[in-house]
Amino acid sequence: MSNIEIDEPGTTQLLLGNEAIARGALEAGIGFATAYPGTPSSEIMATLAPIAKKMGIYAEWSINEMVAFEAASAASLSNIRALSSMKANGVNVIIDFLVNLQMTGIKKGLVLVVCDDPGGMTSSNEQDTRPIAKWLNIPLLEPSTAQECKDMTKWAFELSEELGMVCMVRSVTYLSHTRGNVRFEKLPDISMEATFADAYEIDNPKQSRFTCGMQFHPYKQSEALLKRFSKAQAHCEDSPFNSYNGPNTPELIIFTSGICWTYATEAVKILNLQDRVGIVKLGTTWPLPEEFVSRHLERSNKVLFIEEISPLVEQSVMELAASLPADRPRPTFYGKRSRHVRAWGEQDLNLVIHSIATVIGTSYRSRQSSSAEYQSTLKEVAQTLPARPLTFCPGCPHRASFWAIKIALQLDGRNGFVTGDIGCTAMGMISPGSFQVRTYYAMGGGVGIANGFGHLGQFGFRQPVIAVCGDSTFFHASIPGLINGVWNKSNFTLAILDNSTTAMTGFQPHPGTGMTATGEPGNKVNIEALCRSLGVHVEVCDPFDLTNTITTLLKLIKDDGNAKVVIFQHECELVRARRERKKPYHMYVDPSRCIGEECGCNRICTRVFSCPGLVWDRDTGKAVIDEAVCEGCGLCAEVCPQGAILKEAL
Amino acid sequence: MSARELSKDPLNVIIAGVGGQGNVLMSFLIGSALIRSGYFVTVFDNYGASQRLGAVASHIKISREDANTSPLLHEGDADVIVGIEPIELLRNLTRFGNPEVITIVNTRPVYPVSVISGDEEYPDLDKTIQTIRNLSAQSWIVNATEEAMKLGNSIYTNVILLGALLGSNAIPLDKETMEVVLKEEMPKAFDTNMLALHRGLDMVRNTMNE
Repeated sequence: MSNIEIDEPGTTQLLLGNEAIARGALEAGIGFATAYPGTPSSEIMATLAPIAKKMGIYAEWSINEMVAFEAASAASLSNIRALSSMKANGVNVIIDFLVNLQMTGIKKGLVLVVCDDPGGMTSSNEQDTRPIAKWLNIPLLEPSTAQECKDMTKWAFELSEELGMVCMVRSVTYLSHTRGNVRFEKLPDISMEATFADAYEIDNPKQSRFTCGMQFHPYKQSEALLKRFSKAQAHCEDSPFNSYNGPNTPELIIFTSGICWTYATEAVKILNLQDRVGIVKLGTTWPLPEEFVSRHLERSNKVLFIEEISPLVEQSVMELAASLPADRPRPTFYGKRSRHVRAWGEQDLNLVIHSIATVIGTSYRSRQSSSAEYQSTLKEVAQTLPARPLTFCPGCPHRASFWAIKIALQLDGRNGFVTGDIGCTAMGMISPGSFQVRTYYAMGGGVGIANGFGHLGQFGFRQPVIAVCGDSTFFHASIPGLINGVWNKSNFTLAILDNSTTAMTGFQPHPGTGMTATGEPGNKVNIEALCRSLGVHVEVCDPFDLTNTITTLLKLIKDDGNAKVVIFQHECELVRARRERKKPYHMYVDPSRCIGEECGCNRICTRVFSCPGLVWDRDTGKAVIDEAVCEGCGLCAEVCPQGAILKEAL
Repeated sequence: MSARELSKDPLNVIIAGVGGQGNVLMSFLIGSALIRSGYFVTVFDNYGASQRLGAVASHIKISREDANTSPLLHEGDADVIVGIEPIELLRNLTRFGNPEVITIVNTRPVYPVSVISGDEEYPDLDKTIQTIRNLSAQSWIVNATEEAMKLGNSIYTNVILLGALLGSNAIPLDKETMEVVLKEEMPKAFDTNMLALHRGLDMVRNTMNE
């Protein structure tokens, strides 16, 4: 929807925070970009990839975050500016490489963009990545607006190059997914040439600068790292991204960063406290601009910290205050430690208004509360609204896969269960997946944890274990777990729910699709052939053929002391619908065959199967297809015991 | 283009619907047209983890002077709420509504899975529309999905509602600017989308004249 590649300095576009980050990278003259999809970070690569060729950039969806970041580092070491973007969980995957890259430093600007998800709206947790930057001495920039997403990403490349180390730009969901005005600067006109200068010289062999340990000794490299990092502070002191807005001697001074700065600024306005409250905006949160911070600390004897999840700024400023000379004023600090700011979940305007009002001792009345009657009606109405829980899309093959798993485990009768993994398949833990997923942790964690369950037989463990992962998750982190199971003869079945895309994050390609980020053909990696090469027993089924799928599963989960693989192959319905633009079947319910509650099936069609396209008509007491929602996949025809749901090929 | 003065700054709009109904496109079109008209905007599409059929709410803040408004409304501060789905409008109204709010509601329900499974009940539609009317200073009822089906596909629902929003004069956007944006953003389906936009405009204007 946006066109981030136009070279019209001064033009203003409506860009997502993530698109603005991509634009910032273009303005910085990157030549290399890598990523693994993960909400809320995916739009950065999704924006760069389609224009990469035109802009002379190499862009890649990598197999996982680790390889993505390693590849981007290679570009940096070879004199090409490089960007790598990922969600918070991805940083956990790159930590080992990152720790060691810090030992050597880099060459050309290398920027790691991390999109955190405070509140965990689309994540397994709400990890704050900022403490990792502090822990590893990585300069950390936190933009507050879409404009700053662009400007700070651009600056991050300069800073990275200046310091010779990777820089981190940290966004959050409410920033990455918010569109705002972004004013463009010009695109650089540069020619890039890559060479790896620390390559082995035959006449003068010596240890490369880009290696860890050996002659260099880790402790010496740590010393060099601290020296590099110590120069960062001066850059942060002068940064225009740190600012103060408010009266000279406010009653209360707020320290804040990132998206929380916009909440704080607006909250002060709403509370009409502009003359009493000042706001320090920190764009560079690690290292702290110490002189800038200590100068503003003197303005007030009350300091409030507004930030999400970790008290990073709060603790860093308090550490700094403790190190200041004894004659400097010691303000009272309010924040997470004093419980004036919630220590979990995302912040929002309501929470921030409340925190500021409490600390300064004022009250706030919303427009809603102007009428008590109005407000109480709203409360009553809210009670009557049904929730809209997550579900598999109409026509989703995972609904069929989990249905088959459920029936097979029931027929087996030994209280078997599913170890789940990240992606759309995670919905196997809730109603649309019949609650089959019983453990759920991390990418590749499903097959990993199944390895352990599969070795508990000697302690009397008899439950069949089915590890489930999607196709993209299989490539990302599940292959080592499978090989371990094959090697050590662990008793589990790995079900790969292969829908030929990375669905949950927006249909990105992966090695199994054979397409690359830029839409060109790569070399396709065949999941079935790869599994067979391990010598493991492999079955392939279409989950929409329910009878065959259930029979196959029943055979596989028999206890034979070996790891096994079943691949459920059926394309994601949304991908199919986008390509074909028509339904495969016209679905309808024959009201003469549907006998409603009399059936004795416990309304298996709607109550149990629960596809949003198949609804219950309360007036007639029969099932009916919702034409506006149904994708015509045909699966529900197999579920109805009366054969009342009919399909007509289109 | 210079921006007209706003009745309130920032002016806050919510588009509420269900994944797959075109919330995100609608808020993008509105935001783009507002930027062309000289305003600062923030547009946040809150869609959680689901690709389809989850609750979606787009928060749009329009300002003449502030480039740095925060992405979310706070409780009780919506000036306009458009519902592509009736109970999603009501859900947002209960959090962000106030006695001055203007609402535009599509009458077509999309049942949540919790309703399909029988765990919860979908409230009576006529009563829901009446509740929305009672809780709004001004309210427009639009059979947008029905009209979209007449144009050949339910996907035009959002553009019909966009027309209705323009027709209501609740936000500072004129038809001409929106037409330019539509032409740029969806050149292939431009003709039908223009029909949809005007259908929505007329539906609201005819009600006004009655």
